[in-house]
Amino acid sequence: MVAEEFSSGNSLIHDLDPRIKIIVATLFSIIVAVADRTEVLLLALLFSACCVIVSNLPLIKVIKRLLLVNGFILLLWILLPFTYPGKTLFSLGPLDATVEGIRYALSITIKSNTIILACIALLGTTPIFTLAHALRHLYVPDKLVQLLFFSYRYIHVIYFEYVRLVNAMKIRCFRPRSDLHTYKAYAHLVGMMLLKSYDRSERVYDAMLCRGFKGKFWMLDHFSLKRSDLILFIIMLLSITGLGFLQWGKGLFS
Amino acid sequence: MHISEGVLSAPVLVMGAAITAAGCGIGLKKLDYDRVPQVAILTSAFFVASLVHVPIGPSSVHLVLNGLMGLLLGWPAFPAILIALFLQALLFQFGGITTLGVNTFNMAFPAIICFYLFAYAVKQRNNLISMGAAFACGFFGILLGSFMVAISLVFTGDPFMGIAKVVVIAHLPVMIIEGLITLFSAGFLKKLKPELLEVVHAKR
Repeated sequence: MVAEEFSSGNSLIHDLDPRIKIIVATLFSIIVAVADRTEVLLLALLFSACCVIVSNLPLIKVIKRLLLVNGFILLLWILLPFTYPGKTLFSLGPLDATVEGIRYALSITIKSNTIILACIALLGTTPIFTLAHALRHLYVPDKLVQLLFFSYRYIHVIYFEYVRLVNAMKIRCFRPRSDLHTYKAYAHLVGMMLLKSYDRSERVYDAMLCRGFKGKFWMLDHFSLKRSDLILFIIMLLSITGLGFLQWGKGLFS
Repeated sequence: MHISEGVLSAPVLVMGAAITAAGCGIGLKKLDYDRVPQVAILTSAFFVASLVHVPIGPSSVHLVLNGLMGLLLGWPAFPAILIALFLQALLFQFGGITTLGVNTFNMAFPAIICFYLFAYAVKQRNNLISMGAAFACGFFGILLGSFMVAISLVFTGDPFMGIAKVVVIAHLPVMIIEGLITLFSAGFLKKLKPELLEVVHAKR
Protein backbone atom coordinates (compact mmCIF):
# COMPACT_ATOMS: atom_id res chain seq x y z
CA MET A 1 0.00 0.00 0.00
CA VAL A 2 2.71 2.45 0.95
CA ALA A 3 5.34 1.55 -1.58
CA GLU A 4 7.74 3.46 -3.75
CA GLU A 5 6.47 1.91 -6.95
CA PHE A 6 8.80 3.59 -9.36
CA SER A 7 11.97 3.95 -7.32
CA SER A 8 13.80 0.86 -8.51
CA GLY A 9 14.84 0.56 -12.07
CA ASN A 10 17.69 0.97 -14.44
CA SER A 11 17.77 4.04 -16.61
CA LEU A 12 19.53 7.31 -17.21
CA ILE A 13 17.15 9.07 -14.85
CA HIS A 14 17.39 6.45 -12.11
CA ASP A 15 21.16 6.93 -12.11
CA LEU A 16 20.99 10.71 -12.12
CA ASP A 17 22.28 12.49 -9.04
CA PRO A 18 19.28 13.02 -6.70
CA ARG A 19 20.34 16.60 -5.95
CA ILE A 20 20.00 17.40 -9.64
CA LYS A 21 16.62 15.69 -9.77
CA ILE A 22 15.30 17.74 -6.87
CA ILE A 23 16.53 21.02 -8.37
CA VAL A 24 15.18 20.26 -11.84
CA ALA A 25 11.81 19.04 -10.55
CA THR A 26 11.38 22.14 -8.39
CA LEU A 27 12.34 24.62 -11.11
CA PHE A 28 10.23 22.86 -13.69
CA SER A 29 7.17 22.68 -11.41
CA ILE A 30 7.41 26.38 -10.62
CA ILE A 31 7.76 27.42 -14.25
CA VAL A 32 4.84 25.24 -15.38
CA ALA A 33 2.63 26.29 -12.47
CA VAL A 34 3.08 29.94 -13.38
CA ALA A 35 3.11 29.67 -17.19
CA ASP A 36 -0.08 30.32 -19.12
CA ARG A 37 0.77 30.22 -22.84
CA THR A 38 -0.57 27.16 -24.61
CA GLU A 39 2.57 26.44 -26.64
CA VAL A 40 4.72 26.63 -23.50
CA LEU A 41 2.44 24.19 -21.69
CA LEU A 42 2.46 21.74 -24.60
CA LEU A 43 6.26 21.89 -24.81
CA ALA A 44 6.46 21.35 -21.06
CA LEU A 45 4.21 18.31 -21.42
CA LEU A 46 6.61 17.05 -24.08
CA PHE A 47 9.49 17.55 -21.65
CA SER A 48 7.73 15.53 -18.93
CA ALA A 49 6.77 12.83 -21.40
CA CYS A 50 10.42 12.61 -22.49
CA CYS A 51 11.48 12.27 -18.85
CA VAL A 52 8.99 9.45 -18.31
CA ILE A 53 10.11 7.67 -21.47
CA VAL A 54 13.81 8.05 -20.68
CA SER A 55 13.23 6.77 -17.16
CA ASN A 56 11.79 3.60 -18.66
CA LEU A 57 8.85 3.35 -16.26
CA PRO A 58 5.96 0.95 -16.84
CA LEU A 59 3.62 3.24 -18.80
CA ILE A 60 0.39 1.56 -17.75
CA LYS A 61 1.20 2.07 -14.08
CA VAL A 62 2.08 5.70 -14.70
CA ILE A 63 -1.20 6.32 -16.53
CA LYS A 64 -3.17 4.59 -13.79
CA ARG A 65 -1.49 6.83 -11.25
CA LEU A 66 -2.32 9.90 -13.33
CA LEU A 67 -6.00 8.98 -13.51
CA LEU A 68 -6.13 8.44 -9.77
CA VAL A 69 -4.88 11.90 -8.91
CA ASN A 70 -7.12 13.72 -11.37
CA GLY A 71 -10.13 13.80 -9.04
CA PHE A 72 -9.83 17.48 -8.26
CA ILE A 73 -9.40 18.23 -11.94
CA LEU A 74 -12.62 16.35 -12.67
CA LEU A 75 -14.42 18.65 -10.24
CA LEU A 76 -12.96 21.60 -12.14
CA TRP A 77 -14.30 20.23 -15.41
CA ILE A 78 -17.78 19.84 -13.94
CA LEU A 79 -17.94 23.36 -12.56
CA LEU A 80 -15.51 25.67 -14.32
CA PRO A 81 -17.02 25.74 -17.85
CA PHE A 82 -20.35 26.86 -16.39
CA THR A 83 -19.06 29.46 -13.96
CA TYR A 84 -16.44 31.18 -16.09
CA PRO A 85 -17.73 34.31 -17.83
CA GLY A 86 -17.34 34.43 -21.61
CA LYS A 87 -18.85 33.41 -24.95
CA THR A 88 -21.42 30.64 -24.71
CA LEU A 89 -20.48 27.43 -26.46
CA PHE A 90 -23.47 25.28 -25.57
CA SER A 91 -26.22 25.24 -22.97
CA LEU A 92 -27.41 22.56 -20.60
CA GLY A 93 -30.78 23.70 -19.33
CA PRO A 94 -30.17 27.00 -17.54
CA LEU A 95 -26.39 26.51 -17.56
CA ASP A 96 -24.16 27.98 -20.25
CA ALA A 97 -20.76 26.48 -20.94
CA THR A 98 -18.29 29.09 -22.08
CA VAL A 99 -15.39 28.73 -24.49
CA GLU A 100 -13.08 30.53 -22.08
CA GLY A 101 -14.12 28.26 -19.22
CA ILE A 102 -13.34 25.13 -21.19
CA ARG A 103 -10.03 26.56 -22.34
CA TYR A 104 -9.14 27.43 -18.75
CA ALA A 105 -10.04 23.98 -17.46
CA LEU A 106 -8.02 22.42 -20.27
CA SER A 107 -4.95 24.50 -19.49
CA ILE A 108 -5.15 23.58 -15.80
CA THR A 109 -5.49 19.91 -16.71
CA ILE A 110 -2.37 20.05 -18.88
CA LYS A 111 -0.42 21.96 -16.24
CA SER A 112 -1.35 19.62 -13.44
CA ASN A 113 -0.60 16.45 -15.35
CA THR A 114 2.64 17.85 -16.74
CA ILE A 115 3.93 18.56 -13.24
CA ILE A 116 2.77 15.20 -11.92
CA LEU A 117 4.48 13.35 -14.78
CA ALA A 118 7.74 15.23 -14.22
CA CYS A 119 7.58 14.49 -10.51
CA ILE A 120 6.94 10.80 -11.11
CA ALA A 121 9.85 10.63 -13.53
CA LEU A 122 12.28 12.70 -11.47
CA LEU A 123 11.37 12.26 -7.81
CA GLY A 124 9.50 8.98 -8.01
CA THR A 125 12.61 7.30 -9.38
CA THR A 126 14.59 8.05 -6.22
CA PRO A 127 14.24 6.11 -2.98
CA ILE A 128 12.92 8.45 -0.28
CA PHE A 129 15.87 7.92 2.04
CA THR A 130 18.17 8.99 -0.76
CA LEU A 131 15.98 12.04 -1.32
CA ALA A 132 16.22 12.90 2.37
CA HIS A 133 19.98 12.59 2.16
CA ALA A 134 20.06 14.80 -0.92
CA LEU A 135 17.79 17.38 0.73
CA ARG A 136 20.27 17.62 3.60
CA HIS A 137 23.01 18.28 1.06
CA LEU A 138 20.83 21.02 -0.39
CA TYR A 139 20.81 22.77 3.00
CA VAL A 140 17.29 21.86 4.10
CA PRO A 141 17.22 22.27 7.92
CA ASP A 142 18.62 19.32 9.82
CA LYS A 143 15.57 18.79 12.05
CA LEU A 144 13.20 18.79 9.09
CA VAL A 145 15.22 16.12 7.30
CA GLN A 146 15.36 14.06 10.49
CA LEU A 147 11.58 14.34 10.75
CA LEU A 148 11.23 13.16 7.16
CA PHE A 149 13.65 10.32 7.73
CA PHE A 150 12.00 9.02 10.90
CA SER A 151 8.44 9.45 9.65
CA TYR A 152 9.11 7.50 6.51
CA ARG A 153 11.08 4.88 8.41
CA TYR A 154 8.13 4.22 10.71
CA ILE A 155 5.21 4.55 8.30
CA HIS A 156 5.54 0.91 7.34
CA VAL A 157 5.89 -0.30 10.91
CA ILE A 158 2.81 1.63 11.98
CA TYR A 159 0.93 0.56 8.90
CA PHE A 160 1.44 -3.07 9.87
CA GLU A 161 0.34 -2.25 13.39
CA TYR A 162 -2.79 -0.71 11.89
CA VAL A 163 -3.43 -3.81 9.80
CA ARG A 164 -3.07 -5.94 12.93
CA LEU A 165 -5.59 -3.81 14.80
CA VAL A 166 -8.02 -3.91 11.89
CA ASN A 167 -7.71 -7.69 11.71
CA ALA A 168 -8.41 -7.90 15.42
CA MET A 169 -11.54 -5.84 14.84
CA LYS A 170 -12.61 -8.04 11.95
CA ILE A 171 -12.13 -11.19 14.00
CA ARG A 172 -14.55 -9.67 16.49
CA CYS A 173 -17.10 -9.21 13.70
CA PHE A 174 -16.71 -5.47 13.32
CA ARG A 175 -18.59 -4.17 10.28
CA PRO A 176 -18.19 -0.50 9.41
CA ARG A 177 -21.55 1.27 9.21
CA SER A 178 -22.59 4.90 9.48
CA ASP A 179 -23.35 4.95 13.16
CA LEU A 180 -21.88 6.17 16.40
CA HIS A 181 -20.57 2.74 17.32
CA THR A 182 -18.47 2.61 14.15
CA TYR A 183 -17.06 6.07 14.70
CA LYS A 184 -16.23 5.22 18.27
CA ALA A 185 -14.48 2.04 17.17
CA TYR A 186 -12.46 3.95 14.57
CA ALA A 187 -11.60 6.63 17.11
CA HIS A 188 -10.28 4.00 19.48
CA LEU A 189 -8.33 2.50 16.60
CA VAL A 190 -6.73 5.88 15.97
CA GLY A 191 -6.13 6.41 19.67
CA MET A 192 -4.51 2.99 19.96
CA MET A 193 -2.28 3.71 16.98
CA LEU A 194 -1.16 7.01 18.49
CA LEU A 195 -0.56 5.40 21.85
CA LYS A 196 1.48 2.56 20.41
CA SER A 197 3.48 4.96 18.24
CA TYR A 198 4.21 7.12 21.26
CA ASP A 199 5.45 4.16 23.24
CA ARG A 200 7.46 2.98 20.29
CA SER A 201 9.05 6.37 19.86
CA GLU A 202 10.21 6.30 23.47
CA ARG A 203 11.77 2.88 22.95
CA VAL A 204 13.38 3.96 19.69
CA TYR A 205 14.81 7.09 21.23
CA ASP A 206 16.15 5.22 24.26
CA ALA A 207 17.76 2.68 21.95
CA MET A 208 19.35 5.53 20.01
CA LEU A 209 20.66 7.09 23.20
CA CYS A 210 22.18 3.75 24.19
CA ARG A 211 24.07 3.83 20.95
CA GLY A 212 25.45 7.28 21.59
CA PHE A 213 23.02 9.44 19.60
CA LYS A 214 23.67 13.14 20.20
CA GLY A 215 20.98 14.72 18.03
CA LYS A 216 22.86 14.65 14.78
CA PHE A 217 22.89 12.39 11.77
CA TRP A 218 26.36 12.28 10.32
CA MET A 219 26.50 12.14 6.58
CA LEU A 220 29.20 9.66 5.78
CA ASP A 221 28.83 9.28 2.06
CA HIS A 222 28.58 12.20 -0.27
CA PHE A 223 27.15 12.42 -3.73
CA SER A 224 29.57 12.99 -6.54
CA LEU A 225 28.65 14.43 -9.89
CA LYS A 226 29.53 12.30 -12.87
CA ARG A 227 30.04 13.78 -16.30
CA SER A 228 26.76 12.26 -17.54
CA ASP A 229 24.98 13.91 -14.59
CA LEU A 230 26.32 17.28 -15.58
CA ILE A 231 25.43 16.87 -19.23
CA LEU A 232 21.86 15.84 -18.42
CA PHE A 233 21.60 18.65 -15.88
CA ILE A 234 22.67 21.22 -18.46
CA ILE A 235 20.26 19.86 -21.06
CA MET A 236 17.38 19.96 -18.58
CA LEU A 237 18.26 23.43 -17.34
CA LEU A 238 18.46 24.70 -20.91
CA SER A 239 15.02 23.26 -21.72
CA ILE A 240 13.53 24.84 -18.63
CA THR A 241 15.16 28.17 -19.43
CA GLY A 242 13.81 27.83 -22.94
CA LEU A 243 10.30 27.34 -21.57
CA GLY A 244 10.66 30.40 -19.38
CA PHE A 245 12.01 32.37 -22.31
CA LEU A 246 9.09 31.37 -24.53
CA GLN A 247 6.67 32.41 -21.81
CA TRP A 248 8.13 35.73 -20.79
CA GLY A 249 10.92 36.41 -23.30
CA LYS A 250 8.93 38.58 -25.67
CA GLY A 251 8.22 41.12 -22.98
CA LEU A 252 11.94 41.52 -22.40
CA PHE A 253 12.66 42.84 -25.86
CA SER A 254 9.57 44.80 -26.82
CA MET B 1 -8.18 18.93 1.05
CA HIS B 2 -5.41 18.87 -1.50
CA ILE B 3 -5.32 21.45 -4.20
CA SER B 4 -3.72 20.01 -7.30
CA GLU B 5 -0.69 21.40 -9.03
CA GLY B 6 -1.25 24.05 -11.66
CA VAL B 7 -4.52 25.39 -10.31
CA LEU B 8 -3.48 28.26 -8.10
CA SER B 9 -2.02 31.55 -9.23
CA ALA B 10 1.55 32.63 -8.51
CA PRO B 11 0.79 35.14 -5.70
CA VAL B 12 -1.24 32.55 -3.79
CA LEU B 13 1.51 29.95 -4.20
CA VAL B 14 4.20 32.37 -3.04
CA MET B 15 2.16 33.55 -0.06
CA GLY B 16 1.46 29.96 0.99
CA ALA B 17 5.09 28.97 0.68
CA ALA B 18 6.27 32.00 2.64
CA ILE B 19 3.84 31.50 5.53
CA THR B 20 4.56 27.79 5.64
CA ALA B 21 8.29 28.49 5.78
CA ALA B 22 7.74 30.85 8.70
CA GLY B 23 5.42 28.41 10.49
CA CYS B 24 7.86 25.55 10.05
CA GLY B 25 10.65 27.78 11.32
CA ILE B 26 8.72 28.42 14.53
CA GLY B 27 7.68 24.78 14.79
CA LEU B 28 11.22 23.50 14.39
CA LYS B 29 12.56 26.03 16.85
CA LYS B 30 10.08 24.88 19.47
CA LEU B 31 11.00 21.26 18.78
CA ASP B 32 13.89 19.92 20.81
CA TYR B 33 16.30 17.49 19.16
CA ASP B 34 15.41 14.80 21.66
CA ARG B 35 11.74 15.08 20.72
CA VAL B 36 12.30 14.69 16.99
CA PRO B 37 11.76 10.90 16.94
CA GLN B 38 8.56 11.29 18.93
CA VAL B 39 7.04 13.93 16.68
CA ALA B 40 8.19 11.99 13.62
CA ILE B 41 6.65 8.69 14.70
CA LEU B 42 3.41 10.45 15.62
CA THR B 43 3.55 12.01 12.16
CA SER B 44 3.73 8.57 10.60
CA ALA B 45 0.80 7.49 12.77
CA PHE B 46 -1.22 10.43 11.45
CA PHE B 47 -0.09 9.58 7.94
CA VAL B 48 -1.41 6.04 8.34
CA ALA B 49 -4.60 7.37 9.95
CA SER B 50 -5.18 9.46 6.86
CA LEU B 51 -5.37 6.20 4.90
CA VAL B 52 -8.28 5.04 7.04
CA HIS B 53 -11.61 5.36 5.29
CA VAL B 54 -14.62 5.89 7.50
CA PRO B 55 -18.03 5.07 6.05
CA ILE B 56 -20.63 7.78 5.79
CA GLY B 57 -23.91 6.81 4.18
CA PRO B 58 -23.21 5.15 0.86
CA SER B 59 -19.75 6.67 0.51
CA SER B 60 -16.68 7.05 2.71
CA VAL B 61 -14.28 9.77 3.73
CA HIS B 62 -10.69 9.51 4.81
CA LEU B 63 -9.55 10.97 8.09
CA VAL B 64 -7.55 14.20 8.18
CA LEU B 65 -7.19 14.69 11.94
CA ASN B 66 -5.42 18.02 11.72
CA GLY B 67 -7.28 19.20 14.81
CA LEU B 68 -6.02 16.23 16.83
CA MET B 69 -2.54 16.76 15.42
CA GLY B 70 -2.53 20.34 16.66
CA LEU B 71 -3.82 19.17 20.01
CA LEU B 72 -1.03 16.63 20.50
CA LEU B 73 1.87 18.40 18.83
CA GLY B 74 1.36 22.15 19.17
CA TRP B 75 3.56 24.24 16.90
CA PRO B 76 5.61 21.28 15.61
CA ALA B 77 2.37 20.26 13.87
CA PHE B 78 3.48 22.67 11.14
CA PRO B 79 6.63 20.79 10.08
CA ALA B 80 4.87 17.50 10.83
CA ILE B 81 2.06 18.29 8.37
CA LEU B 82 4.62 19.52 5.85
CA ILE B 83 6.41 16.18 6.05
CA ALA B 84 3.18 14.19 5.83
CA LEU B 85 2.09 16.12 2.72
CA PHE B 86 5.55 15.85 1.19
CA LEU B 87 5.43 12.08 1.64
CA GLN B 88 1.93 11.96 0.14
CA ALA B 89 3.19 13.93 -2.84
CA LEU B 90 6.12 11.56 -3.29
CA LEU B 91 4.27 8.31 -2.71
CA PHE B 92 0.86 9.00 -4.22
CA GLN B 93 1.41 12.21 -6.23
CA PHE B 94 -1.37 13.94 -4.27
CA GLY B 95 -0.36 17.58 -4.34
CA GLY B 96 3.15 18.46 -5.35
CA ILE B 97 6.12 20.72 -4.93
CA THR B 98 4.61 24.07 -5.83
CA THR B 99 1.40 23.57 -3.87
CA LEU B 100 3.18 22.10 -0.85
CA GLY B 101 3.33 25.50 0.82
CA VAL B 102 -0.34 26.36 0.35
CA ASN B 103 -1.59 22.89 1.22
CA THR B 104 0.53 22.75 4.37
CA PHE B 105 -0.65 26.17 5.48
CA ASN B 106 -4.29 25.28 4.80
CA MET B 107 -4.07 22.29 7.10
CA ALA B 108 -1.49 23.38 9.66
CA PHE B 109 -2.89 26.82 10.43
CA PRO B 110 -6.21 25.34 11.67
CA ALA B 111 -4.18 22.83 13.68
CA ILE B 112 -2.35 25.62 15.51
CA ILE B 113 -5.58 27.55 16.05
CA CYS B 114 -7.19 24.42 17.49
CA PHE B 115 -4.19 23.97 19.75
CA TYR B 116 -4.56 27.45 21.21
CA LEU B 117 -8.34 27.35 21.46
CA PHE B 118 -8.98 23.86 22.75
CA ALA B 119 -5.85 22.19 24.16
CA TYR B 120 -6.40 23.65 27.60
CA ALA B 121 -10.09 22.83 27.68
CA VAL B 122 -9.57 19.23 26.53
CA LYS B 123 -7.32 18.58 29.51
CA GLN B 124 -9.96 19.79 31.99
CA ARG B 125 -11.21 17.25 34.46
CA ASN B 126 -14.85 18.12 33.76
CA ASN B 127 -15.93 15.53 31.23
CA LEU B 128 -18.50 17.67 29.49
CA ILE B 129 -16.11 20.56 28.83
CA SER B 130 -13.38 18.20 27.76
CA MET B 131 -15.60 16.29 25.36
CA GLY B 132 -17.13 19.45 23.91
CA ALA B 133 -13.70 20.95 23.35
CA ALA B 134 -12.43 17.77 21.67
CA PHE B 135 -15.41 17.68 19.32
CA ALA B 136 -14.97 21.36 18.51
CA CYS B 137 -11.28 20.75 17.88
CA GLY B 138 -11.95 18.14 15.19
CA PHE B 139 -14.85 20.10 13.76
CA PHE B 140 -13.02 23.42 13.50
CA GLY B 141 -9.88 21.79 12.15
CA ILE B 142 -11.79 20.80 9.03
CA LEU B 143 -14.10 23.83 8.94
CA LEU B 144 -11.21 26.25 8.98
CA GLY B 145 -9.23 24.06 6.61
CA SER B 146 -11.99 23.98 4.02
CA PHE B 147 -12.43 27.75 4.38
CA MET B 148 -8.73 28.22 3.72
CA VAL B 149 -8.89 26.00 0.65
CA ALA B 150 -11.87 28.04 -0.55
CA ILE B 151 -10.03 31.30 0.08
CA SER B 152 -6.93 30.12 -1.79
CA LEU B 153 -9.17 29.25 -4.74
CA VAL B 154 -11.07 32.53 -4.70
CA PHE B 155 -7.85 34.55 -4.44
CA THR B 156 -6.67 32.77 -7.57
CA GLY B 157 -9.64 33.97 -9.59
CA ASP B 158 -13.33 34.76 -9.29
CA PRO B 159 -14.37 31.88 -11.57
CA PHE B 160 -13.37 29.54 -8.75
CA MET B 161 -16.13 30.89 -6.53
CA GLY B 162 -18.46 28.01 -7.42
CA ILE B 163 -15.83 25.38 -6.73
CA ALA B 164 -14.87 27.07 -3.47
CA LYS B 165 -18.49 26.82 -2.29
CA VAL B 166 -18.66 23.16 -3.29
CA VAL B 167 -15.46 22.45 -1.35
CA VAL B 168 -16.86 23.91 1.87
CA ILE B 169 -20.24 22.20 1.49
CA ALA B 170 -18.65 18.86 0.65
CA HIS B 171 -16.63 19.04 3.84
CA LEU B 172 -19.66 19.53 6.10
CA PRO B 173 -20.16 15.80 6.80
CA VAL B 174 -16.39 15.40 7.18
CA MET B 175 -16.42 18.04 9.92
CA ILE B 176 -18.95 16.10 11.96
CA ILE B 177 -17.10 12.81 11.54
CA GLU B 178 -13.77 14.40 12.42
CA GLY B 179 -15.39 16.00 15.44
CA LEU B 180 -16.70 12.64 16.65
CA ILE B 181 -13.45 10.82 15.98
CA THR B 182 -11.44 13.52 17.74
CA LEU B 183 -13.87 13.46 20.65
CA PHE B 184 -13.55 9.71 21.19
CA SER B 185 -9.81 9.45 20.52
CA ALA B 186 -9.04 12.35 22.84
CA GLY B 187 -11.19 10.70 25.51
CA PHE B 188 -9.41 7.40 24.90
CA LEU B 189 -5.98 8.97 25.18
CA LYS B 190 -7.00 10.94 28.24
CA LYS B 191 -7.96 7.74 29.99
CA LEU B 192 -5.04 5.59 28.90
CA LYS B 193 -2.15 7.95 28.33
CA PRO B 194 -2.83 11.44 29.61
CA GLU B 195 0.78 12.51 29.10
CA LEU B 196 0.21 12.31 25.34
CA LEU B 197 -2.11 15.27 25.67
CA GLU B 198 0.66 17.27 27.30
CA VAL B 199 2.22 18.83 24.25
CA VAL B 200 5.06 16.65 23.14
CA HIS B 201 7.58 19.32 22.37
CA ALA B 202 7.79 20.51 25.97
CA LYS B 203 11.24 19.74 27.35
CA ARG B 204 11.64 16.62 29.43
